[in-house]
Amino acid sequence: MSNLRNRLLLIGAMILASFWALFPRDVVERRVNPADSSVSYDTVSRFPLKRGLDLAGGMYVALEIDQERQRVANESEALDRALTVLRKRIDPMGVTEADIRKAGSNRITVELPGVDDERRALEMVAKVAQLEFQITDESGALQKALPRLNDIVRREGAVVGTTARSGDSARPANPLSGIFAADSGARADTGQGADTNDLFGATGEGPLSDILMPGEIPGEFFVLLSDVPKAERYLSLPAVRQALPPGQDVLWGSDTIPLGAQLARGLYVVGSRAILTGESLIDATPQQAPEGIVVAFTLDNAGGRRFRSETSRHIGDYMAIVLDDRVMGRPPVIQSAIGTRGQITLGGNRLQEATDLALVLRAGALPVPLRVIEIRKIGPSLGQDAIRQGINAGVLSVALVVLIMVVYYRFSGFLAVLGLVFYTLSTLAILAGFDATLTLPGIAGFVLSIGMAVDANFLIFERIREELDQGKTIRTAIDEGFNHAWSAIVDTHVTTALTAIILYQFGTGPVKGFALTLLAGIGASLVSAIFVVRTLFLLWLNRKRATQTLSI
Amino acid sequence: MLRILHNTHIDFIRLQKQAAIFIALLIVPGIILTAIRGFNYSVEFTGGTLMQVEFVNDPPPGIADVRAALADADLSDVEPAQFGSPRDFVVKAQEEDAGAQAGGAGTIVERIRGAFDERFGAGSYRVDRTEAIGPKVGSELRQQAAVALLIAFGLTLVYLAWRFEWRFALAAVLATVHDIFATLAFMQYMNMEISLFVVGGILTVIGYSMNDKVVVFDRVRENLRKKRKESLYDTLNRSVNETLPRTVMTGSTTLASLLALLIFGGVVIRPFAWVLTFGIVIGTFSSIYVASPLLLWIERRWPREIGDRGGVAGRLNVGAAPSGGTAAKPARPAKPPKAAPSAR
Repeated sequence: MSNLRNRLLLIGAMILASFWALFPRDVVERRVNPADSSVSYDTVSRFPLKRGLDLAGGMYVALEIDQERQRVANESEALDRALTVLRKRIDPMGVTEADIRKAGSNRITVELPGVDDERRALEMVAKVAQLEFQITDESGALQKALPRLNDIVRREGAVVGTTARSGDSARPANPLSGIFAADSGARADTGQGADTNDLFGATGEGPLSDILMPGEIPGEFFVLLSDVPKAERYLSLPAVRQALPPGQDVLWGSDTIPLGAQLARGLYVVGSRAILTGESLIDATPQQAPEGIVVAFTLDNAGGRRFRSETSRHIGDYMAIVLDDRVMGRPPVIQSAIGTRGQITLGGNRLQEATDLALVLRAGALPVPLRVIEIRKIGPSLGQDAIRQGINAGVLSVALVVLIMVVYYRFSGFLAVLGLVFYTLSTLAILAGFDATLTLPGIAGFVLSIGMAVDANFLIFERIREELDQGKTIRTAIDEGFNHAWSAIVDTHVTTALTAIILYQFGTGPVKGFALTLLAGIGASLVSAIFVVRTLFLLWLNRKRATQTLSI
Repeated sequence: MLRILHNTHIDFIRLQKQAAIFIALLIVPGIILTAIRGFNYSVEFTGGTLMQVEFVNDPPPGIADVRAALADADLSDVEPAQFGSPRDFVVKAQEEDAGAQAGGAGTIVERIRGAFDERFGAGSYRVDRTEAIGPKVGSELRQQAAVALLIAFGLTLVYLAWRFEWRFALAAVLATVHDIFATLAFMQYMNMEISLFVVGGILTVIGYSMNDKVVVFDRVRENLRKKRKESLYDTLNRSVNETLPRTVMTGSTTLASLLALLIFGGVVIRPFAWVLTFGIVIGTFSSIYVASPLLLWIERRWPREIGDRGGVAGRLNVGAAPSGGTAAKPARPAKPPKAAPSAR
């Protein structure tokens, strides 16, 4: 019976290998303390099957190049560079097992297990982080162009129904009077605010003029929050964009500014030529300053020299710090030449935001603008529910299947159940071996494939019964049963495998998990039914050589 | 020994007309419904935003409150729905503007949150799940699903044609196509959403149903080799009968597994489990009542030539002579022969 012994040895080896593949192992995990970005390494013992985002909770983001903002010829190469930047940004966030990869030639997918703050993660991932320093316009270029712009807006017929607000009593007659009333002390020293007001005070009449209010510093305007969509619309008209003052950019500010009782956003006219860009930046850190939270940055030597010479030529001017076409805070006045060190003031007191901005600035700008095309976020509680439900469903499913097998096939059914134990063990081991992630559809696929795995046993057992009906001896009936069921088992497994492979090829994330579980299950089921269960039968026959009855 | 459906001699093929009427009743209204209102695709396929929100405060707001909150924030095109427990809601928004989905303060997710913050308070709810999918991703996915389905069929057709014979392959694939149509019709009646998960379910039904047909045809192949004097009509009936215990046992065991998923699987898995439950019932039905009559019809429509080995059996005696019916509509023998008595 060396044949039998070899079979048993092989099964023993497979079970050992499965246990080994599933045994919890030590993994070194990198942890980052988000407060001070310090990195520590922990050794944790972990079950080798990773949980997918839908079980662990977390966020999935798919990005592609925003061709509307910038045309890119070689997408694949640009994405490779973007990938490096994204890794640099996400690594210090301290997300364990973040997965950032290129999908196809035109997409990047980012998986962030455990990340719950969607807003923050998106900021980190999709922000281009192009930093520029631009001088605000002092020539009143936009005011001069306004009459023409008004005409264009009217001509284009794009005027949004003049709301009652233009003559609304809620709107301060002179919006600036409110500010000066509240802020007169600070303004009085410079005396500059009043001049500005006189100089650029009138914006005239017209759809655009009605919603633009001159601000306090050169090149600054305020737009009431309620008027912002209107203004965005006017300014995005192609004809208006063409008629904007040449050599100047018109950019929105990042913050809302209280204007009397109302809130407004800043709109800034800045010189298109940046006196410096973020490329010269070598370090950025969040800091607490008297004016609130700031991001202090350090420039490299060349950048520092350039910054010094540029700022020395612009003393008394206002410098807008522009991040991704948004003016950060309100442009500060350049009081003296600035060297290698400077700071970006963020409105409010948001340390997290400053930390993230510093991090993004350190990692550098994305080489191409990316657009978010897909976001999926699963909260941690949902994942826990899913695991609990999956386990319950699995237990009930297994119980029902075992019951059916043992009641219907008795002793042979019991052998088949032993086969199922082997099947379960090896399916999980195969999944662990392929470093697969366990997802909710994966669990569903697994529960389902238990039902299907017994199909092979049914084929064999029914066949054995038929052979017994024909009066064959037990040993022959078992042999014939396995031999005749063989072709059907192979064909059914191959057809299912074909479908599973296609699912794996075409499916994304969760469906892939399902397909992989199914594939692993098919392989394990094949071995379990035609090898393991048969060996068990052989073992039984070997022990009871003279047996006349088979409990099937 | 406990046995069900042992040694049966049911003339299944005789019931092909009844089966055809049943199928028509099942599928045709579904096709009409689909023509009228189309498929109910999930946001994954159409593009859009979905948010699953769980209210933690007692008592949780009703659906009318949630709808009112959204309407107040000028989000009346965002559709809320109860999801599982009374605390859980799913809100869905279809966006026209792709740009609105990109990150930033203006996204629909932020606006929905703003609406809930205002009405129910910031801490009163928890966002359990967010999906925001660009329209391009959605349409790509739809295309991919269709391509996957076609390739799955194509490959199976080729494999079975190689293992059996093209007539068998065609009959198995057509019977499975029937299962897909029936499952889609069922989803129409249940007003079920076609999500990625459900498409996975449909593909599983394909695999399972194909399994079933392969088992029956495997027996047909074997019986064709053994019994030369029996008509194909009888051989088919005999094979279906012989594999009946296995067909029913596998069907019921898989259904038992699915029952577990239906009971404990939770709201996310439930539609998937429903699709599979129905698909497996209909797949079992079609293995018995559809696949064999189809094979018979194909054999009559394209009879193999004498000497054509066909890979399965040297010679085929295709039932009783057709009684003058058109080729496209196979005539049943005037008096169906009784199933051959068991050889045992």
